[in-house]
Amino acid sequence: MLTPKSEVELADILRAAETPVRVQGGGTRGVGVARGEVLSTASLTGITLYEPGALTLVAKAGTPLSEITETLAAENQRLPFEPIDHRRLLGTKGEPTIGGAVATNASGPRRIAAGACRDSLIGVRFVDGAGTIVKNGGRVMKNVTGYDLVKLMAGSWGTLGVLTEVSFKVLPGVASEATLLLDWQTPDAAIKTLARALRSPFEVTGAAYVPEGPDGVPMTAIRLEGFEASVAYRADKLRTELGEVRIEDDSEKSARLWRDIRDASILAGAPADVWRISVRPSHGPRVAKALGEARLVMDWGGGLVWAQVAQGTDLRARLKGIPGHATLVRAAPETHARLGTFPPEPEPVARLTAGLRAKFDPRNILNTGLMAAPEHA
Amino acid sequence: MQMPDPSAAILSRKSSVVRRLQGVLDDDSVIHEENELRAYECDALTAYKCPPLAAVLPRTTEEVAAVLAICHEEGVPVVPRGAGTSLAGGSLPSADSVILGVARMNEVIETSYDDRFIRVQTGRTNLSVTGAVEEDGFFYAPDPSSQLACAIAGNIAMNSGGAHCLKYGVTTNNLLGVTLVQMDGTVVEIGGAHMDAGGLDLLGLVCGSEGQLGVVTEATLRILPKPEGARPVLIGFSSNEVAGQCVSDIIKAGVLPVAIEFMDRPCIRATEAFAGAGYPDCEALLIVEVEGSDAEIDEQLGVIGQIARGHDPVEIRESQSAEESARIWLGRKSAFGAMGQINDYMCLDGTIPVTELPKVLGRIRELSDQYGLDVANVFHAGDGNMHPLILFNANEEGQLEKCEAMGADILRLCVEVGGCLTGEHGVGIEKRDLMETQFAPDDLEAQMRVKDVFDPKWLLNPAKVFPLSVTEPRRAIAAE
Repeated sequence: MLTPKSEVELADILRAAETPVRVQGGGTRGVGVARGEVLSTASLTGITLYEPGALTLVAKAGTPLSEITETLAAENQRLPFEPIDHRRLLGTKGEPTIGGAVATNASGPRRIAAGACRDSLIGVRFVDGAGTIVKNGGRVMKNVTGYDLVKLMAGSWGTLGVLTEVSFKVLPGVASEATLLLDWQTPDAAIKTLARALRSPFEVTGAAYVPEGPDGVPMTAIRLEGFEASVAYRADKLRTELGEVRIEDDSEKSARLWRDIRDASILAGAPADVWRISVRPSHGPRVAKALGEARLVMDWGGGLVWAQVAQGTDLRARLKGIPGHATLVRAAPETHARLGTFPPEPEPVARLTAGLRAKFDPRNILNTGLMAAPEHA
Repeated sequence: MQMPDPSAAILSRKSSVVRRLQGVLDDDSVIHEENELRAYECDALTAYKCPPLAAVLPRTTEEVAAVLAICHEEGVPVVPRGAGTSLAGGSLPSADSVILGVARMNEVIETSYDDRFIRVQTGRTNLSVTGAVEEDGFFYAPDPSSQLACAIAGNIAMNSGGAHCLKYGVTTNNLLGVTLVQMDGTVVEIGGAHMDAGGLDLLGLVCGSEGQLGVVTEATLRILPKPEGARPVLIGFSSNEVAGQCVSDIIKAGVLPVAIEFMDRPCIRATEAFAGAGYPDCEALLIVEVEGSDAEIDEQLGVIGQIARGHDPVEIRESQSAEESARIWLGRKSAFGAMGQINDYMCLDGTIPVTELPKVLGRIRELSDQYGLDVANVFHAGDGNMHPLILFNANEEGQLEKCEAMGADILRLCVEVGGCLTGEHGVGIEKRDLMETQFAPDDLEAQMRVKDVFDPKWLLNPAKVFPLSVTEPRRAIAAE
């Protein structure tokens, strides 16, 4: 394993590399199969700047996510995008890092209100496949100076460069939260309920449907966050609008519910494949219908569907005709190889992707095999 | 401001290029008479003017693709243009370029409230996007001050912001998908109505690329339900430092206002004389706006009021009615107009870390003395996006140059304290030659490699964003 202790050392390693490397943060998000020796960011750690009054945090890529969450919590602030912890779903061990969250653009239920990881990310430093150190963006939240490589790096799965430092716009933490719950809805009815809540002015920050809630029955969940009186007011308004709802106003219990939804944890353990599907929220029920017997967790008001299906199922074939895309998250290596982990891209997009990878990683040594593979691989 | 010499070869082929363009567009969509081309000689950065070779006004993505394919074959540079409101010269033509204007493409293609998006042709103006959905209780969040006139195409090209982006983000945070036409005429669909475009984040790359990667003809935009209400409070202070500290403390307290606007004394005085909004005569004032139901607004304004009182304010004026809210905003919204009454001005938009506010305002004052030019400051304080307005007299020999030199000093200062050259207007030609103060050669090279992929011949808006000396080798290859 290669474990550079500085950005410069990392650049030296990549310049000298003759064979592919597999970029690793905490190693908890092992989606797909990359080739080569592990290149770990574990020694690039530490929060380099935190200004609560400017809502800004900068950290080295290998910094454990938990360290960042705790530092923010001490000032009653947080990362807005609620990154998923993959460990339960994938059965992985280790400590998730901030760089890993960025590289995978890991974004949880609050995505619908606060945006994805890439929306909070305001600056990056990285080393590209040729060993060149590049910076883009910075530490201010409004910045249109030059091209936005910050967004490009988020969710690029280490295929364009190895992140060394990331900057975020953070948000104030919330004083309280509550969750409105409806039991026994069909996926169809649940998505309609969630759409009504999301169309309201009451600032819903979570809108999900799970086949089994804590009570073991299908559960539709709507989250509200903010000052206590405000949460109570909005919960009451929404109850009037939606009818038969229960309200979980114990903040601790509500938070636990959303951790489970975020991590799709009810799909953990079973010997089955898990896919992550991104569609128009109102198409959630179409996905449910097309997949029949599959166990589904629907988040983002129906726009994000976690599907648990029989091993080896070609889920993309089953969803033909529904616009969006599907990523294979958990499966046997053979299935990953046969179906492809990442969604195939239509021709003009694939050409742009391949072109960018060839420019940023001319020798094709970074996470070779991840994302849609470049033509010259 | 230096622009590359136009290609004599292209100028000599004008009539044949125009004929080919007329072959794919209606006659009235190809403008080539010199007097008519004057309308396209500049954008809102009026200090620089140059009529283009021709201008085209296509109506569909197919027409845009046809135009680009022809220009690609002919080796003619293309300068995309939304509504021409760029303050950075983003759509300034060169004499050998074709202006591609999207003004005639302004249809709404699809609206879905269940999925909370609207798909439009990009010539549609920012405000009319909200106009299309507001009766049903929705709005499009990014709100640049030119929103009545500016087009979504330009908003995407420049990644435009606005007063309310502290809460709602800028264009890139509200964009779900685009139809992009590359320089060679290839039509690319990126993203869509689903929340995450798959693969590499090409959408994020295109947004803010200043029309250098492709022409965006259609866009899927996120729309949001309108809040129940909004109310501002005006707070006056006896020093910039204290006002700056108050901004920081409000943010730290866990309240997230939708807007925190800052005005300094020169700006307050000028707007008072112009609009008579009844602002207190003080060193600095903040307008802080919060949203929600009446009770929620009361609670948030209560917290803000308490913090403000801890900073010994000259005045706190909480709006009690819609009329009073409008009056509080009136001065802020007329600030640019007010400055224009006094003099010519240059508006910068560097961003700084909020914590550096007092220091930067102090240094700007020193620069103002040094250059002998007045500066008024009005800006989005919550996100550190400054708007120093440097006053000068364009009719007086040498004043524009002096003003530009001072502007460059202010922008260097923004970078020096950890900020950037431009927060929402874009680089264009205006800040092009300062890019090296913010970026190392490798940083710029990484960005230019992206253009190499999307537009290998460097024909789209080629003389913008990067210093001419840096792009010279690439443009030279294109010209061969």
